[in-house]
Amino acid sequence: MARIDGAVTTSHVPAIGGAIAKGLQNEPYWKPFFGAWDAAHAWIEAVKPDAAVVVYNDHGLQFFLDKMPTFAIGAADEYRNADEGWGLPTLPPYRGDAALSWHLIESLVGEEFDLTTCQEMLVDHAFTVPLKLLWPGSRPCPVATVPVTVNTIQHPLPTPARCIKFGRALGRAIASYPEDIKVVILGTGGLSHQLDGERAGFINRGFDEMCMAAMVDQPDALAGYSIPRLVEAAGTQGVEVLNWVIARAALNGRVAKVHSNYHIPISNTASGMMVLENSY
Amino acid sequence: MDQAIPGTVLFDGAQARKGYALNKMCFSFNSAENRAEFQRDEDAYCRKYGLNAAQRDAIRRRHVLDLIAAGGNIYYLAKFAGIFGLGVQDVGAQQTGMSVADFNTMLYEKGR
Repeated sequence: MARIDGAVTTSHVPAIGGAIAKGLQNEPYWKPFFGAWDAAHAWIEAVKPDAAVVVYNDHGLQFFLDKMPTFAIGAADEYRNADEGWGLPTLPPYRGDAALSWHLIESLVGEEFDLTTCQEMLVDHAFTVPLKLLWPGSRPCPVATVPVTVNTIQHPLPTPARCIKFGRALGRAIASYPEDIKVVILGTGGLSHQLDGERAGFINRGFDEMCMAAMVDQPDALAGYSIPRLVEAAGTQGVEVLNWVIARAALNGRVAKVHSNYHIPISNTASGMMVLENSY
Repeated sequence: MDQAIPGTVLFDGAQARKGYALNKMCFSFNSAENRAEFQRDEDAYCRKYGLNAAQRDAIRRRHVLDLIAAGGNIYYLAKFAGIFGLGVQDVGAQQTGMSVADFNTMLYEKGR
């Protein structure tokens, strides 16, 4: 049976991809962010997963407002990156695992999560940047991937309570896959930030620290938040923390924190990363 | 929405309807060919996407708050800003009425 070894959650700011492309990891601006990844690399090297389920939000590369799925999942053996319009280099394709994807789809829809299935799916920086952070030297990315997207663009967004339920169902779906594979879950985005409006530049350290602590032993901490309340606390784009919530909910009740890092600012964002090991 | 958050527009159904043409144009800027076509003839490109007068005017002035008021969503508007090499600090500075240097200082200070 498949086994979920843990989750890695991280900000996915496009500028991180730019810094990787330009080799700026050791520059003073970037060191407080990239320096935290040694611990993640040691952990992932010990775990050696076969597959990564990446929970993220598309930023208008694959999905437009003509059709906006609340939850969508890739069901292909390959996913392509493409031009997002502002200068990040286009990366080589990522390997998928269509058999694993279809198992997840069967299980999730069986549990009444009627997500959109995609046999073609462009993956944007929110998918590529975290994979590159986790496997910086490997080209191509050494694991099979399953992209899972959450609508964080067009309100109404799925509530935190719904995302927790979705994450739990995703965890059960992975754990019931009959192949003996090791899986890690990535939850990407956040933490607090706001790009738009007069409140642009908003950051909320207190809220972020609460979220990061809750990721370890209070996975339901955001369950009572409405989306407007979440926007107020985290910023219009800080709602990407929903991807973290889903990744965490896919793990078991108890997890061990392997490493975490929090640094302000990366671009306009309070950056966060966590490595959580599942306990069986 | 039940409670307004200061300085914040929730991109809901009303905004998504109002901004559809504008956002669709900005979505097209994923393609380098389309970015070049916009730069060759901005008027023609905006006409092709059916922008209304407020949207056309805000595009002409590269005015982010007015683009948002006209239904623009920041994820798509970022692709418009990208045409001019503007990043999210430039966009943040314009919306808050700060210089880019001051906007960056403000971000840094939140990390102290």
